[in-house]
Amino acid sequence: MSHDLATLLYLGASICFILALKGLSHPETSRRGNMLGMVGMGIAILVTLFMLPELNFILIFTGILIGGAVGTVIALRIQMTALPQLVAAFHSLVGLAAVLVAAAAFYNPEAYGIGQAGEIKATSLVEMAIGTAIGAITFTGSIVAFAKLQGLVSGKPVVFYMQHWLNLGLGILTVILIIALVTGQSGVTFWAIVLVTLALGVLIIIPIGGADMPVVISMLNSYSGWAAAGIGFTLENNLLIITGALVGSSGAILSYIMCKGMNRSFFSVILGGFGGETATAGGADEGDKTWQQGSAEDAAFMMRNADKVIIVPGYGMAVAQAQHALREMAELLKAEGVEVKYAIHPVAGRMPGHMNVLLAEASVPYDEVFEMDEINTEFRETDVAFVIGANDVTNPSAKTDTSSPIYGMPVLNVEDSQNVLFVKRSMGSGYAGVDNPVFYMDKTYMLLADAKKMCESVVKALEK
Amino acid sequence: MASDQLVEQATDLANRALELSRDLAALAGEVGQVAVETAASTGGADGASPLVIGLTVFVLAIFVGYHVVWSVTPALHSPLMGVTNAISSVIIVGALIAAGTGEYGFSEIMGFIAVTLASVNIFGGFIVTYRMLSMFKKKPKAAAGGKAQ
Repeated sequence: MSHDLATLLYLGASICFILALKGLSHPETSRRGNMLGMVGMGIAILVTLFMLPELNFILIFTGILIGGAVGTVIALRIQMTALPQLVAAFHSLVGLAAVLVAAAAFYNPEAYGIGQAGEIKATSLVEMAIGTAIGAITFTGSIVAFAKLQGLVSGKPVVFYMQHWLNLGLGILTVILIIALVTGQSGVTFWAIVLVTLALGVLIIIPIGGADMPVVISMLNSYSGWAAAGIGFTLENNLLIITGALVGSSGAILSYIMCKGMNRSFFSVILGGFGGETATAGGADEGDKTWQQGSAEDAAFMMRNADKVIIVPGYGMAVAQAQHALREMAELLKAEGVEVKYAIHPVAGRMPGHMNVLLAEASVPYDEVFEMDEINTEFRETDVAFVIGANDVTNPSAKTDTSSPIYGMPVLNVEDSQNVLFVKRSMGSGYAGVDNPVFYMDKTYMLLADAKKMCESVVKALEK
Repeated sequence: MASDQLVEQATDLANRALELSRDLAALAGEVGQVAVETAASTGGADGASPLVIGLTVFVLAIFVGYHVVWSVTPALHSPLMGVTNAISSVIIVGALIAAGTGEYGFSEIMGFIAVTLASVNIFGGFIVTYRMLSMFKKKPKAAAGGKAQ
């Protein structure tokens, strides 16, 4: 295969990847998009194999077989609630692969046509070092994110004295090491860069609290792309550069959307410390507030007699595995002629679009599920808002109370509806530790129970 | 009504994205040619350096990515992460080159491990995305009942 033909085929693979992302503009075209992504990857791998001077079947195919088998088994078994952890774990693999490829290129530059060991071109070395650094940060950062999401370590932010200065120092050290690598071409310097950036990856992610995890995952998604692009520059391979840029910008946009959904600036997320023990805000004067408790029968009665019900699911619903019972409840209501819609806040789940996947898994049709911006004005003409496993994303003090820690965060206007049913385990405050005035409104009935049990009880009451 | 507008907007966006991807295809084609030519002329005096060519491709691809990703519906942001995760493992290209020299040295071992890791990601990423996407279903036919109210 000529070099020209290979380059053109790589271009074809790049276009497949672009079309794969484009396919996700609508659920109808999304499956074709995913297929195109696989085709693109197939082309990329086959072309590379044909271009190899010598095919080392044993190494290559054992690698693909082992990796493919592991990946397949994990992907088939994973619970959709655990999706964020899975994605974090996968990101870490891309990061580590980038570091290893860079190491291979450093010790055997002839194979990549970038010079000879000890005499690698300066530009290639810089690109290689940057790719390595981003890869290493992605690797350890994703492992920390995985551990936090999986509950292996506490989701609380880890903050210590002079933390940001330490990070800055390590960043500067990395730059110095890269310069030293270019001038000295020494293997020790290369591994020093790897070590420093591995540490940096951990330090960047530990101060970020559990509430900010959707941003972190998107951010690491972005990093994994930039790492691939960095390696692409080293290997002078346009396919890697294009794909890396696509993934990098995708992750960056998702981070932006998640930050906007929480009204947090990207920098305040990075600097961390949020979502930990700020839990005292507004919790002192609980004594004079009254709230009314409702039962499953009350809820069934109210919703059955409503014209329109909007369900507001949050992550707590998924934790309680209530999505199937919830969908059953919605089906029964629809059978009685009630219009049922679902309203999704951008940060309802633990990663972008997570809640949509969880509802889809419970066979909720996607055309009944609406994004916050699409549905927020409809609460005014809604009889019952059924909030389940969500809290902060419905808190109206985010709109009015400038002293609230979540002030400015876009929220769902559940208080505009005729009645609010609030399914909650207990009267505690939400993730950000803020009290929700909706609890104490006359039109609100608190359904204090496990989300799944409550949905099942409502279903029973509706079936009567 | 709202859904009509949405569909309209979505198709509009999709069309724009398609246009963009065509533009990129054309541009990347040109850039690819330039790259091949410069490579052929082994550092010819008037060709741009590989770094500049790479940067050109990189910046253009960021623009394409920016426009294509904004056209992705928020409901499919999780599958988007699944797909981007899978395709970022295109780094396997570099790993294959490292592993496929026919020798058994340090670089080949590094390449072998990288091939394995990237394969986990490729298979895992595409399959988990496939699983997610196959769950997204439309309302079954006689669903207009609720809306009439």
